[in-house]
Amino acid sequence: MKQRWSDYALLVAGLLVLWQVAYYVVGAEALTPPLETARRLAALVAADGFWSHARATGIAFLYASVLALGGGLVMGIAIGSSTMAHEILSPILGTLYSIPKIMLYPVILLIFGLGLTAKVAFGAIHGFFPVVLFTIGAIRNLPPVMLRTGRVLQLSWPSLVGHIYLPACLPEIFTGLRIGFSTTLLGTLIGELFASSEGLGFLLSRAMESHNVPDIMALTLLLFLIATGANTIILAVESRLQAHAT
Amino acid sequence: MKSPGFWRLVTVAAAVLALEALCRGGVIDPYTMIAPSQMAVAMLDIVRHADWFWADARYTFQNVVAAILLSTMLGFPIGLGIHALPRLRRVLNPVLLSYYSVPTFVFYPLLIVIFGIGPASLIVMGAMFGIVAMICATLAAIDRIPRVYNKVARVAGMGACETAVRIQLPAATPHLFTGLKLAVAYSVIGVIAGEFILATAGLGRQLTLAYNEFDSPKMYGLILLILIAVAALNGVLQGLEARLYRRWYRS
Repeated sequence: MKQRWSDYALLVAGLLVLWQVAYYVVGAEALTPPLETARRLAALVAADGFWSHARATGIAFLYASVLALGGGLVMGIAIGSSTMAHEILSPILGTLYSIPKIMLYPVILLIFGLGLTAKVAFGAIHGFFPVVLFTIGAIRNLPPVMLRTGRVLQLSWPSLVGHIYLPACLPEIFTGLRIGFSTTLLGTLIGELFASSEGLGFLLSRAMESHNVPDIMALTLLLFLIATGANTIILAVESRLQAHAT
Repeated sequence: MKSPGFWRLVTVAAAVLALEALCRGGVIDPYTMIAPSQMAVAMLDIVRHADWFWADARYTFQNVVAAILLSTMLGFPIGLGIHALPRLRRVLNPVLLSYYSVPTFVFYPLLIVIFGIGPASLIVMGAMFGIVAMICATLAAIDRIPRVYNKVARVAGMGACETAVRIQLPAATPHLFTGLKLAVAYSVIGVIAGEFILATAGLGRQLTLAYNEFDSPKMYGLILLILIAVAALNGVLQGLEARLYRRWYRS
């Protein structure tokens, strides 16, 4: 464990050095150095209205996550448990997953207008597909003997899901949820960048428009810290689940 | 009992027809979305008659290709380097995994300051998107090389370079291809996102113009065109990948 912490300290130190060097190379009009960025970030967080923006992003992200992760899980189980549905729909879902969703942002704006629904919709379409595809994959890869056991025991569909699908597929499903979580966050932020009047993404787009480099750097740092922190926690849970499963 | 492919076609056709009916029937108003048939007409119209089309398409295409080359050619050696240092890899893992949940293109304005408005900023933007996918795929690809291969290399007395070229590269090729596929997808997204935000040319730029001018046919025509182009590119890569895997497992 101690080893771990020194590793992370090294990583952070390495990134900071790289950042500082990059600053010396490209100059002050394109980057701000780490210390100044941290100071700017502290000032931003303390500023009026910051928390209402943060809350707006949080709420949009929450709604989008519930839609993407919950909807993806339910759809994934429904499609994964039927061979026919899997063979018909999985390739379609795969194609939808691979299209660059950023292309669709004008369409989302036209349908939902500016505001919360557009952000949520944009976050949800980003997160939904990885969750569905991972869930389907997990269920299709179940050892057949488990399903046969379920049939022998004459389990009803809900108890089949609760006692066989979910416990047996948990590690893979969790990987899907982690990726879905990341992409939902990305989608929500992109939605805010293009189509919103509040939220962290909006602050960022305002900074981009007025070419306020210190603010861009500070907000990007903040988002990166949030994303990395959340991911690290989920990864720790995931590796524990996987260790448990084997 | 028809094949799944038949039912897949039926599903897609039904969805498109339903959309067509909703648009034609006035449930969806034409300022929000135009009917799929009108999108197709608009797309053909753009390809055949729009005077800007070929110049902008070429601009985007060239930038995407350059971004793909940059991200794969840098991503592979970086991946090899990280793989050779397990401790560095363990430390970098959370950064690599959460990279795609941070909107990378917030750096685009900074790139414009550094490289100016033009191809260079867009290419770097695309490469920033693609490179991490390539690094991750390289790591996974080397992980999957059976350990016995390395033993064979050792028994044959190969050095590190010879092992890399004659054992690791060929054994990892199919999995590296998966990385290439992702790098392509992400480079496309990066370049087009950059063009959305600020550019002097390119299909993404034309899309923003169409959106700002409420020019629905141009907007939907362009979206359809880009989606078809990306899907076609994906299909080709997927076909190549399947072929590569088949050959790999047969031998």
